[in-house]
Amino acid sequence: MLRIPCPFCGLRDQVEFQYGGESHIERPENPEQASDAEWADYMFYRENPKGIHYERWVHSFGCRQWFNLARDTVTHEIIEAYLVGDQPKSRKRDAGDESYG
Amino acid sequence: MAKHLANSARLVNGGFIDRDKPITFQFNGQSYIGYGGDTLASALLANGVKVFGRSFKYHRPRGVFTAGEEEPCALVEIGAGDARVPTSRAPTVPLSEGLVANSQNCWPSVSFDVGRVIDFTHVFWPAGFYNKTFKWPSWHTWEGMVRKSAGLGRPLTGPDPDHYEQVNAHCDLLICGGGPAGLVAALAAGHAGLRVMVAEQSEEFGGSLNWEQYQLDGKPAYSWARDIEAQLADMSNVMLMPRTTVTGVYDHNVTTLLQTGKNNTWRECLWTVRPRHILLASGAIEQGLIFPSNDRPGIMLASAARQYLNRYAVKPGNNVIIATNNDTAYQTVFDLAREQISVSTVVDSRSKVSEALRQRVSDLGAYLLTGARISNTSGSKGINSVRIEDLEGNDLGNRKCDLLAVSGGWAPRVHLLAHARGTLRFDAVSQSFLPDRLPPGMSVAGSANGTAGLEESLAESARAASMICETLGFPADQFQTPVVTTCIVESRSVSPMQLDNTKQRQWIDLAHDVTFGDAELAVREGYVSVEHFKRYTTTGMSVDQGKTGNLNAFIVLGALTSRNTGEVGTTTFRPPYTPVTLGAIAGREIGEFYAPRRYLPAHTVHQKLNAQFEDYGWQRPDCYRQQGESPEQAVHREARAVRASVGVFDNSPIGKLEVRGPDAAEFLNRVYMNNVLTLKPGRARYGLMLNENGIIIDDGVFIRLAEDHFLVHTTSGGVARIGGMMEEWLQCEWTDLQVLLDDMTTQWANFTIAGPKARNVLTALGTDFDFSSSALPHMAAAVGTVAGLSARAARVSFSGELSFEINIPARQAARFFEAILEAGKPFDITPYGIEALMMLRTEKGYLHVGTDTDGASTPDDVGWGHVARNKVTDYIGKRSLFREGNMDQDRKQFVGLEPLDPNQQIQPGGHLLIGKDRQPPAETDGWVTSACFSPNLDRYIALGVLRAGRGRAGEILTVCDEDRQFNVKVVSPVFYDPENKRLKE
Amino acid sequence: MMSNYSAFSILRNAFSGHRNWTRAWQDPEPKKHYDVVIIGAGGHGLATAYYLAKYQGVKNVAVLEKGYLGGGNTGRNTQVSRSNYFYPQSCGFYEHSLKLFENLAQEINFNVMLSQRGILSVCNSRHEMEMYRRWANAIQMNGIDSEVLTREDIKKHVPHINLDCRFPIWGGFIQKRGGISRHDAVAWGYARQACAAGVDIIQQCEVTGMETTDNKVTAVHTTKGTIAAEKFALCVAGHTSQLAAMAGLRLPITSITLQAMVTEPVRPIFDTVMMSAHIHVYVAQSDRGEIVVGGGADIYNSYAQRGSLNTHHDNFSALVELLPIFSRLRLMRHWAGVCDMAYDVSPIVGKTAVDNLYISTGWGTGGYKAIPAGGDTLAYTIANDKPHKLLRPFQLDRFDTGRLVDEGAASGVAH
Repeated sequence: MLRIPCPFCGLRDQVEFQYGGESHIERPENPEQASDAEWADYMFYRENPKGIHYERWVHSFGCRQWFNLARDTVTHEIIEAYLVGDQPKSRKRDAGDESYG
Repeated sequence: MAKHLANSARLVNGGFIDRDKPITFQFNGQSYIGYGGDTLASALLANGVKVFGRSFKYHRPRGVFTAGEEEPCALVEIGAGDARVPTSRAPTVPLSEGLVANSQNCWPSVSFDVGRVIDFTHVFWPAGFYNKTFKWPSWHTWEGMVRKSAGLGRPLTGPDPDHYEQVNAHCDLLICGGGPAGLVAALAAGHAGLRVMVAEQSEEFGGSLNWEQYQLDGKPAYSWARDIEAQLADMSNVMLMPRTTVTGVYDHNVTTLLQTGKNNTWRECLWTVRPRHILLASGAIEQGLIFPSNDRPGIMLASAARQYLNRYAVKPGNNVIIATNNDTAYQTVFDLAREQISVSTVVDSRSKVSEALRQRVSDLGAYLLTGARISNTSGSKGINSVRIEDLEGNDLGNRKCDLLAVSGGWAPRVHLLAHARGTLRFDAVSQSFLPDRLPPGMSVAGSANGTAGLEESLAESARAASMICETLGFPADQFQTPVVTTCIVESRSVSPMQLDNTKQRQWIDLAHDVTFGDAELAVREGYVSVEHFKRYTTTGMSVDQGKTGNLNAFIVLGALTSRNTGEVGTTTFRPPYTPVTLGAIAGREIGEFYAPRRYLPAHTVHQKLNAQFEDYGWQRPDCYRQQGESPEQAVHREARAVRASVGVFDNSPIGKLEVRGPDAAEFLNRVYMNNVLTLKPGRARYGLMLNENGIIIDDGVFIRLAEDHFLVHTTSGGVARIGGMMEEWLQCEWTDLQVLLDDMTTQWANFTIAGPKARNVLTALGTDFDFSSSALPHMAAAVGTVAGLSARAARVSFSGELSFEINIPARQAARFFEAILEAGKPFDITPYGIEALMMLRTEKGYLHVGTDTDGASTPDDVGWGHVARNKVTDYIGKRSLFREGNMDQDRKQFVGLEPLDPNQQIQPGGHLLIGKDRQPPAETDGWVTSACFSPNLDRYIALGVLRAGRGRAGEILTVCDEDRQFNVKVVSPVFYDPENKRLKE
Repeated sequence: MMSNYSAFSILRNAFSGHRNWTRAWQDPEPKKHYDVVIIGAGGHGLATAYYLAKYQGVKNVAVLEKGYLGGGNTGRNTQVSRSNYFYPQSCGFYEHSLKLFENLAQEINFNVMLSQRGILSVCNSRHEMEMYRRWANAIQMNGIDSEVLTREDIKKHVPHINLDCRFPIWGGFIQKRGGISRHDAVAWGYARQACAAGVDIIQQCEVTGMETTDNKVTAVHTTKGTIAAEKFALCVAGHTSQLAAMAGLRLPITSITLQAMVTEPVRPIFDTVMMSAHIHVYVAQSDRGEIVVGGGADIYNSYAQRGSLNTHHDNFSALVELLPIFSRLRLMRHWAGVCDMAYDVSPIVGKTAVDNLYISTGWGTGGYKAIPAGGDTLAYTIANDKPHKLLRPFQLDRFDTGRLVDEGAASGVAH
């Protein structure tokens, strides 16, 4: 059972939270103009990294707020928690990488 | 049957048993006497019992091999009836008055077991034999026989008479192991102010101090341990947990501990602890030696012999031989000599032994054979002699003995470290796996870390405690460790010995009966990676998880494949460290506590009406049975009554989300498939919500109470999910919208008054708002009072009749319900339950999301395609509806179905085949989703989904339902009042 | 020369101290070039290699395994075989697999111990019963055995079930031909036969990168050197995203954890495989006597092969609630695997956007039962460079078209 550092409530047991999958996924600005492939990418295609994963959680049985975690998917070490809309300190920005925002 | 003299093998003095407390117990039907402080194993040994059970595969007689939880041989069944505990390790069973124990895995008795025939024919059952045979004609032919001979214990078939508790805890430092290292660390950390928990699997703290002949600060080790235990018990920030095994370390150091009760109302308690730091002070397990016929009763670990002697005052033998590959076994020689027990020979596989040891052995009149090993043993019901040879195979003669104490080295208990993903390295000096890289938040000290000497262990532990205190923010002075004033033989250096194949079998895993020959076979067949080797031979896979044998198995594998042991590695250590009762893991979350029951706020009134409750997430009435009625009759009566006059339905669990804010309408317009912006205050609309994949996830009526205030109804089971979904979009995607929402489901009770006389009932109740047809048309809402209570009323209908849904504060529910029943008396008001409601809505062809729809249903499937496609603005799921697959012509569409025979029972779940009188198998064209006998139409009706169904009205299909087939016609799903006249009154 | 496995061969070898058994598989050095390189020597990878060599005439095949063969999910699962699915697409595929399983011991001369003791799905509410009847009938429409059971029937199959548990049992249905088998035997059996048919199985050989030219993979870089091939297939379950990324591909899968648990062994007490969706757990008794338990997956992304304690506890509350007689049994060990889940929890097997790269993924928590058919159909697909007909519904393009095959959706339960 993970111990998750909610940015609002502090370190709590995993059972208080629900998982929201990969973070920083951009919904197409105009969905009706998105091609099937673009829509599928938004809906289904994921990084699924073996290493640091930037992901969303919601503290359902606590403050009910969404937030982001940077968590290692191999060791489960939690590197940082950060707010929705913020960028993780732990990620190096790749040149031209617009995929998080 | 051998007669056992009472305590014939007990020392007259000594030990730490309570001779003033004799305890009577039974083993295999015979009565014995033991003493307070005994374990089952020590008491049986004291009574001269040699054979404790039969081995797993070969049914060979076995004695007791160890004095601890690592026991592979003495596995017995404790207790009787529903309180039996099979496969209990005799050395860990505390003796209690009236204890009943029996051998297992033997028939008819442990002395004569017909299963032994496998042993006599062992050449035909090599490791993995079942991979190669039992295939013809199929496994089923042989399975019954093999299953019967497998399994160790007798399963229980009755309810568990005990119950189990669970506790959650936090602490600064969790110390695993209450031996010398653990005690010192506890004292040091305790004095520094940390909150400390110390878990020790035995009754008493002290570990090996409770039997090894050390002296600390001039005191016998046992007394020193008692003193420290008392000191720690006195410290309010230290929790001592005896009879508690740390079973596993999980993510972020969350740790499980299994505590056995003593004079508690519970049998076992499972602790889930969240320590900031863990100290592993878990000690080491002595390993056996591999030699021919090394599994006989009367062969035990050298340290076990010492423990039985020193702690339990048991004479483990009268004529003892020692076999070893390291120094520590020599202490057994000296301890036995102290009690005048004869040790005739020490067989040491090493070529060189220290002069000091040599001299002491010689002084005792025993032979010391170095560069030697056991070549065979004899004695069917207990060892009576050994044969010895040198390492070249030259025979060195036969010697008699009744106890062979063996030591094959020591394996640190690194299990918990491995659980937490620490790594190990192989140490050539001790020939064991030691901690290498520690996981974050964990330290190791003492023999668990490979530290052999007591003095070094205590110092190491004090240093570890100091570092932990520092790390956790509790700086402390260096702890003063006690001085070891009398020492024992401690060195754990091992010289690895070569093994050869021999005619007599050599066991490498006693619990699963795996031999050296099996290991050779595995290697010969190519199962050389450590995991393949384990799975092929089943080494280490029995109930002891290889605690006394795995290390040797890895060394053997290395030797057979010309790799060093470090290269071979270990198999993965898997929790739990010792087996954990399933009941303890389930805890109290069974029965009524498996899931809470939710009761309607007016539950007591429903009870008075003789409601037949069922669990729909809430306890809700299926129907209300009147005198002499069957449930079916009740349901039909209710459904008829609603259409004939008036009924009342408790819909309190319906989801009620309040959505407020300047952007509330805009927000809901993006969430619903339907247009929300055009809804005027005071009006209601039915809406569908989709997920981004275009699938219908919920439906319900939403009401606009004001420009910036909406009441969103969801299905009762969906409110948490839908509320959560809405929050997600607001918090993560549409963060610029100013909307607040909250789940008010349990704040409001909801009663529906439905039927032609509904208005009459409202009049009788009294309202402060106009509910006439013009003031409150269909799909309109009003806020005011009803029966003097604050209320929100809406004219919505799930029955197809004139219907008012009235929300009042939940705490007034019972009173309001009774007021409705009273007001409705002149109109024969009938309370109706879920079954009747389902009947009414089926007659009207109203969707029941989750029944008529499933996880593949989209708006067009259920007839809402035009709304979905024509809404100009974006909403959740809209884009998905324009994919190829969502626009397929042959998607399953919502239809009505009528059996050609109106009295033909039709049920949900039947499948539809094209044409009359068809038979399965055939490709399904759809299925029946809802069905009932309609009392208002006096025939069976159904709803379903059918491939391209909207264009197939009038077609005849076959329904296939289990072994029945019958014909139906496709019709409109609206069976009753298709023009909705009743609705709009 | 590979020894034949039979009772006679054991008898014969018994008299020579079992010294003449030959290796089950070889340990060759990899060649520089193959016709087909399969990455991943789990059940699917090994089965694919076998069917390629034995039935598709493609023998110049290597299977590269970063650890020891059969050590991933194939070596960790709860060994269930069944074909009781809802949609015809799924039924067609899994029934093919079950039929192959029924003959597998003979086919690969290795006792996989297929025990067709029935898969019993129980339901705990009126609504669930309706859904289950719909499901059971769907199975029959697909020409596969399934039988709806009443409460009383279930008591006969499982005498110790607690019919009146917190969510009382309404009934259920059974597929009698479903059951369990021995996972290691399946992996080892396919490995042995593939090897005998000329396939190179290279263990301790991790793929660290790929070379691509003109939208084709030309070679893989491994810890045992560079290996070229005409065609490549990924059979690495939870690690498919990492391998695919080496060829520049993203996939619609996430890797999650599924736990499995075994108790200490006891004499035969439980003779079927039982699942409950609502009191979520599934349970069987191995032929060694252990009670084998599984439950819901831990759905956060993970490669740790370790699930959460709370899921673990939930599994056992469910088990003890349904089968109170197991309360005093003890958990002996537990572990987990890494499962690659697609959105619709259905597999993705076939071609990718890279011309000569094939994938077999999305097996989620149900890949074991699919091993024979997965291997057979993927072998066909590779050899013919087009999807086997049973695989057509399970291509990558369904995520673009929206033609998902969501078993959980229609049957109302997770599988």
